[in-house]
Amino acid sequence: MGSRASSLLREEDIEEIKKETGFSHSQITRLYSRFHSLDKGENGALSREDFQRIPELAINPLGDRIINAFFPEGEDQVNFRGFMRTLAHFRPVEDNEKNKDPTSGEPLNSRANKLLFAFRLYDLDRDDKISRDELLQVLRMMVGVNISDEQLGSIADRTIQEADTNGDMSISFSEFTKVLEKVDVEQKMSIRFLH
Amino acid sequence: MERGAKEKNQHLYKPYSNGIIAKEPVSLEQEIQEMRRGGAEPEFDMSDIFYFCRRGVESIVDDEVTKRFTAEELESWNLLTRSNYNFHHISTRLTALWGVGVLIRYGILLPLRVTLAFTGVGLLVVLTSVVGLFPNGRIKNYLSDKVHLMCYRICVRALTAIITYHDSENKPKNGGICVANHTSPIDVIILASDGCYAMVGQVHGGLMGVIQRAMVKACPHIWFERSEVKDRHLVAKRLSDHVADESKLPILIFPEGTCINNTSVMMFKKGSFEIGCKVYPVAIKYDPRFGDAFWNSSKFGMVNYLLHMMSSWAIVCSVWYLPPMSRMEGEDAVQFANRVKAAIARKGGLADLLWDGGLKRGKVKEVFKEEQQKLYSKVLVGSSEDRSRS
Repeated sequence: MGSRASSLLREEDIEEIKKETGFSHSQITRLYSRFHSLDKGENGALSREDFQRIPELAINPLGDRIINAFFPEGEDQVNFRGFMRTLAHFRPVEDNEKNKDPTSGEPLNSRANKLLFAFRLYDLDRDDKISRDELLQVLRMMVGVNISDEQLGSIADRTIQEADTNGDMSISFSEFTKVLEKVDVEQKMSIRFLH
Repeated sequence: MERGAKEKNQHLYKPYSNGIIAKEPVSLEQEIQEMRRGGAEPEFDMSDIFYFCRRGVESIVDDEVTKRFTAEELESWNLLTRSNYNFHHISTRLTALWGVGVLIRYGILLPLRVTLAFTGVGLLVVLTSVVGLFPNGRIKNYLSDKVHLMCYRICVRALTAIITYHDSENKPKNGGICVANHTSPIDVIILASDGCYAMVGQVHGGLMGVIQRAMVKACPHIWFERSEVKDRHLVAKRLSDHVADESKLPILIFPEGTCINNTSVMMFKKGSFEIGCKVYPVAIKYDPRFGDAFWNSSKFGMVNYLLHMMSSWAIVCSVWYLPPMSRMEGEDAVQFANRVKAAIARKGGLADLLWDGGLKRGKVKEVFKEEQQKLYSKVLVGSSEDRSRS
């Protein structure tokens, strides 16, 4: 029953998450309710099946890649901290971060971290390079059966040609960033969280 | 309390909008065109992924479907622990007030209501069997109507249901089908206490079976064996036969097929809309402040649910009878079903969703993902066609 939900989230945890992610107190409790409602097994962690139960996510062509982004390397469960850490990438960027701590490093929702999140969606084997093969696979996920292999191949080749500056036939993170420097990443990769 | 509730019923229930995020309803094509860097449009842009990514994470945070299968959250607490989702101790006074509430509800209201419920059901079984002894004819129909109405009204009292009926001039007539949105088994009692319907359902065993067998003695209802339910043609035939007979009562059907939490109307199954008779839509909206009527069948069994109902403050709801609709020329069953669904959603102030209520238990079909992929492919290939032309 929902009445247990908040009582499992202690104030210290909320404070830590607030510092790490920048979400407000009420946003964290709302998101905890959501986490709890997705957690059908009620074991304090989400599995891949819990995510796949969301119909709108199941029909998203990149649904599996997005779900994967929540799970650290080799793990099958994500706890609330991990959940929030991933969601934090989608917080809008604020100009004057009130609790900006110069020693805390880059915030999770910075432009660079948003780009890194997107980069990792392409980088299937997590080797910090997008190879032609990986690009093809992701393209295939997005278009389904509607485009031929040859056409898709030429799209991939063209994309790598335009982005690759050091001639290694793959796209590194800095090349990726350069290609997208004119795109308003902060707006496109942000979700408007209320209160 | 009754009068107060009746006054409140006049306004449309404002849906509680406590969203976690604000979503913009922008289509796939629009967003991707916006995102593309200006100038010579390439076929594919690495930023295209942002659209899918953001939509995906948005649906993880807040989606339209999964929240329809749990009870609605309330703006302010109504002193029932079951509707309290973020429980924390606010003050001793509130807890004391809650304690008093519990005493009243469980000590006074519940026993009264349970007695009434038993009386109502018992009378229904006994009296319908008695009426069944009469020969078929006008007297039997008249008596059957009276008996059914009386027993359902007792059951309504047993739940302390305060119902406001609107537009009763549109009440369903013989030879038609009445369709309504489904929130709980109580919907049947609410509608049947204001008019006489032929029920449709599966044959059950136990107490339900006894009730079903008794009811059918007094007037024709349509009960299906479990095996017959799978045979769609058989179902359609029995329904059409019933409707064709003008002396038989209008059939009551809930096309969603499952209980939804009364914040939205989900996909209507087209079966009842293929029969080709007049459809009388009815919208039912419960006021969640007095007691939550939604039956979460994956969490609670029937007995548990009924106990919850009888120990709430009251069940307050509004019923709107909409004018009858028929299938128009060139409209197929699915379009007709959607048209009726939209009318019901609009009247009851509910969200009109295309999603299937079956998603409560089952997985979404692959074909929807393929639609998304097709849309995106069009964006990709479409721009290459422009290029070849220039």
